[in-house]
Amino acid sequence: MTDQTQPFLEVKDLKIHFPTDDGVVKSVDGLTFSVERGKTLGIVGESGSGKSVTSLGIMGLYNKRNSKISGQIWLDGDDVVSSDDETVRKLRGNKMSMIFQDPLSSMHPYYTVGQQIVEAYRVHHSVSKSVARKHAVDMLGRVGIPQPDRRVDDYPHQFSGGMRQRAMIAMSLVNDPQLLIADEPTTALDVTVQAQILDLMHDLQSEFNSALIVITHDLGVVAELADDVLVMYGGRCIEFADATTIFDRPEHPYTWGLLGSMPRMDRPQIDRLVPIPGLPPSLINLPTGCSFHPRCQFEPRTGGLGSTTMPELSPAGGSKHLVRCHIPTGERQRIWSDEVKPRLEA
Amino acid sequence: MITYIIRRLFAAVLLLFIVSAATFSIFYLFPRLVGGTPETLATRYVGRAATPETVTLIAHKLGFYEPIWVQYGRWIKGIFVGADYNIGSSLEHCPAPCFGYSFITHQPVWPDLLDRLPVTLSLAIGAAILWLLLGLSAGTISALRRGSLLDRVAMGISLAGVSLPIFFTGLIGLLVFSYTLNWTADGGSYTPFTENPGEWFYSLLLPWVVLAFQFSAQYARLTRAGMLETLSEDYIRTARAKGLKERDVNVRHGLRAALTPILTIFGLDFGLLLGGAVLTETVFSLPGLGKYAIDAITNNDLPKVLGVTLMAAFFVVIANLVVDLLYAVVDPRVRVG
Repeated sequence: MTDQTQPFLEVKDLKIHFPTDDGVVKSVDGLTFSVERGKTLGIVGESGSGKSVTSLGIMGLYNKRNSKISGQIWLDGDDVVSSDDETVRKLRGNKMSMIFQDPLSSMHPYYTVGQQIVEAYRVHHSVSKSVARKHAVDMLGRVGIPQPDRRVDDYPHQFSGGMRQRAMIAMSLVNDPQLLIADEPTTALDVTVQAQILDLMHDLQSEFNSALIVITHDLGVVAELADDVLVMYGGRCIEFADATTIFDRPEHPYTWGLLGSMPRMDRPQIDRLVPIPGLPPSLINLPTGCSFHPRCQFEPRTGGLGSTTMPELSPAGGSKHLVRCHIPTGERQRIWSDEVKPRLEA
Repeated sequence: MITYIIRRLFAAVLLLFIVSAATFSIFYLFPRLVGGTPETLATRYVGRAATPETVTLIAHKLGFYEPIWVQYGRWIKGIFVGADYNIGSSLEHCPAPCFGYSFITHQPVWPDLLDRLPVTLSLAIGAAILWLLLGLSAGTISALRRGSLLDRVAMGISLAGVSLPIFFTGLIGLLVFSYTLNWTADGGSYTPFTENPGEWFYSLLLPWVVLAFQFSAQYARLTRAGMLETLSEDYIRTARAKGLKERDVNVRHGLRAALTPILTIFGLDFGLLLGGAVLTETVFSLPGLGKYAIDAITNNDLPKVLGVTLMAAFFVVIANLVVDLLYAVVDPRVRVG
């Protein structure tokens, strides 16, 4: 099953809905993608686009009592959606693990960093505490924490922000997971530390040959790490392509908007960043037709389709490039190269 | 850590002095401020039938004409070296630690306090074990099964527990379990542990349950609220993401963090109880510190009231000190400086 060509993680038509008093929140609505070992997928989107929900869904962290999950999440031969809780629990932290956004609140304040790593290791390996501790020290050393044999007994609050995130990474890698999900791994960190953490994740990924999913709203992180990029909007994939295509020849107006609102050092300075007008849609009442059409400045070019019909995710210009938009692909490429790109670089 | 302990100890000693001064003031200074004279104070020691001459003589002998700080100093000195009271007929000696001398029973207060302490201690410890067990488990289960029938029943019972006073539950308990069903001992039948452990247990069973009922209700609510708050923390999600079993997530990570604030409240409650569970001891006629305080107040026996008040204050201060020190053990973030 762990054939190199076989995707390690395969998500098919994933839907995660939360019934609430106000209506059903469709956080993820029909998402399909896959990640191979050694590859990195970046999932990009605004707050509330469903990217974090997707990651927690893959980890099987949603309670079936207050959420409705359908579709399939194949992880190395096991379907996370249909398997029982105990099976998923044994996968969690072992074959797949997760790095969270805020390392201070994500680590237990009452246990030492070492105790928490030891705990993570011993859940999946029946070894003595001293063996697990050696492992923890070793992992802390590998993520670049100086004097790991001493720092292992420190509490999270005694670590700096960057060190804490390193410790978090050490904890998530201690069981040698084949899938690592990083949810906004650098958002809570200083810019200088961000680069270090991204480098570290890149190095560790090639060392462990694991599949990596990076969830972020920061296109800089994606540019740094990702092989493929999935752009999410309103719980759906609206554009999927390899990273080069996303940055050089994006075809969805929303992706153009994201690129326009990102500061870039490698391009001449423009006067202002261009924000995407409007707010992300409510996941209870998505707009009819294309979810993005109320904010889309190119909506008039769809001939009225934008406000009535949800466009299909269909092949576009690049290889394995998929875009969910009514505007024909040739027209989109022309808009990008003639209208949008010159404006971004002006 | 050492400096932390020293700082705390120092603060505790200081606090005890402040408490003793305040208590002393309540009984000896404040009456003067509202028009009391040394004579009216002395009346309490000799009874109302005494002649004005006797009262003046006694007031003089007890030093009530001296400045208040001299009186306070002598009282504090008595605690450390003992004191002699000369009130006419005979010289009464009150050995150290002298927490006062009752002129009504003609006995020093301290031996009385020592005598009563084991009763209160038995009552408080037994009830505390019971209410912690009941309260914490009910609260945890309620939080985990939030909104379920179990949760609603437990919270309903605990609402009753919080609102029903001991003199109600205690009397109903006595009526039902002691006098009707004969399962528990009658009121006023305390047997010391050293005499007969079985009888001791039997005599305290109902007081324990009644006292614990009220406290466990409060603790169940606290635990439930604390657990609900902790369970939504990020580190609980991390624990789950590590693949920990649900029980470990809830207990080792959830309950562990929710316990810290409960520890503080427990320290206060337990300290207060050691000063005398006044209502419980009165309802069940247990000869503890609370009953002692009530009797002293009823008999207008000022030295006894002063002594038992200071003793109660001492326990509260000590309990707080212990909690502060335990806090440093429980929450590593406190261990600085």
